[in-house]
Amino acid sequence: MTAAPHRAAPLATRGGRRATLVGRHAWLPIALPATTLFIAFWLLPMAKLAGLGAATPQGMESSAYWLVVTQPRYWQSLANTVVLSLGATLATLAIALPVSRFLARHPHFPGRRALMALLLFPLAFPGVVVGFLVILTTGRQGVLNTLSRALTGEPTVLAYGMAGLFIGYLYFLLPRTIGVLMAAVEGIDKQWLEAAQTLGARPWRRFVDIELPALASALTAAGAMCFATAMGAFGTVFTLGTRIDVLPITIYDEFTNYANIPVAAALSVVLGLATWAVLYAANAVAGRAARGG
Amino acid sequence: MRHSRFDTRLGLAVTLAVTAFLIGPVLLSVSAGLTRNYFVGLDSGLTLKWVAQVWDLYADTIWRSYAVALITLGVTLALGVPAAWVLTLYPGRLARLLEELLTLPVAVPGLATALALIVSWGSVGWLRSSVAFIVIGHVLFTLPFMVRAARAGMQGADLRTLDEAAATLGASRRQRFFDIVVPAARSGIVTGALTVVTLSIGEFNLTWLLHTPLTKTLPVGLADSYASMRLEVASAYTLVFLLMLLPLMIGLQWFAARSTRSGGLALGAST
Repeated sequence: MTAAPHRAAPLATRGGRRATLVGRHAWLPIALPATTLFIAFWLLPMAKLAGLGAATPQGMESSAYWLVVTQPRYWQSLANTVVLSLGATLATLAIALPVSRFLARHPHFPGRRALMALLLFPLAFPGVVVGFLVILTTGRQGVLNTLSRALTGEPTVLAYGMAGLFIGYLYFLLPRTIGVLMAAVEGIDKQWLEAAQTLGARPWRRFVDIELPALASALTAAGAMCFATAMGAFGTVFTLGTRIDVLPITIYDEFTNYANIPVAAALSVVLGLATWAVLYAANAVAGRAARGG
Repeated sequence: MRHSRFDTRLGLAVTLAVTAFLIGPVLLSVSAGLTRNYFVGLDSGLTLKWVAQVWDLYADTIWRSYAVALITLGVTLALGVPAAWVLTLYPGRLARLLEELLTLPVAVPGLATALALIVSWGSVGWLRSSVAFIVIGHVLFTLPFMVRAARAGMQGADLRTLDEAAATLGASRRQRFFDIVVPAARSGIVTGALTVVTLSIGEFNLTWLLHTPLTKTLPVGLADSYASMRLEVASAYTLVFLLMLLPLMIGLQWFAARSTRSGGLALGAST
């Protein structure tokens, strides 16, 4: 009786494996709906948008792509966006790193979970809400202005310009970055740090020589994510005022106010390619580092 | 391992400052939404008048946002979970490419995706004027999150072996998928579902270009109130939105704390 299943087993396995293989291939069509949706509503529309960017806007002599890189008002807007996004990215990394190190190194203190929850809650805020919060704090009727007038007699209004936008970028980038960096700090092998301490390395040297290199790929990946997010951010600047000259607002203006679809398309394609390329390059770098490069 | 005292103090100080920076404005907004007259201050008394006014003016956007989020969730479940299973079964180059492609609508700014949708599908009248147009945008944006979360759930258990064993025992594909794969990946799928609903309810960048006066969602209404309403009403509306987010965020953090592998929340609203 006990021998029977033994004898049957190889047969069943062989038949089963064949059935599984056939079964596996039969799974392929199941990815089809997602793929179709993506092609019909994203890939082909994007291709069409890229094609529209090659058109010549009314009253112009060259294609929109050429205009976008040659006309100062377009590349100025692109340059503003890049500088602002880069500044916000570096500031975010510099501020998020000590927070992430503190939280990762102190896994047990009272109220830690509540603190984490508070730090991560703004992750879900859309850009418009962030913009409104910036207005509440640094706008005309904001706390900062009230304080500043009470203390110095001078008004301080930051919200409706680049400074306000910078604050808004910090606001939505910080929660995104803290989580990523925390995981990376937790992943550092403590033995290295302990060894360095035993050998007499001062805290600052341990940070520069051991921690920073170990965190390099996480910092790259988080930085790229910040930069790409900041480049494409629209809701925040839309709430703060449409006179701030950054690329998403320029695109929106060209599309809705001037009905200049070729230029809006060309700018969108440039912006899309730029953000995708930054993310892709950072992922490649981080991936190589993770594989032990 | 001892940490230097300077290090700890600096870390604590920056952490508290960042928490104040992130939460202070939220508290301001909540108090403004409940204050009779924000310019006078809390002395003017607390009221629910503004919340009631928001309900009168914008209740339709709240219901519509829930509807859009739930339909989006249904579509991402139906498309994303099976896709995640296929990606788990075939971890080759083609699968990586497919996942990379599906992630593009997240990597590329929503504004560009919305413009592309409008130039290609905007001329289809019934689609352009219906909520379906917004749902399509939201599905494109949230699908990668569902696929990633479901996949993370599937990679935990040794599902390929289980699936093979069940196939050997004669279980049909449908049976294996619903009785083995889906239950095993449950926590991943729930995380994905919470993420999708959270992102959809807060989505603005795509929705602003895709909406029509008859298909306004909550964030569109928020932008509208920020531009045209008094500060108290805008704050009260924001308060309603925060209350809608709260259970979703608590659920997400609860699941993130339970799953040991993922360090943080894989979430990022469009900004």
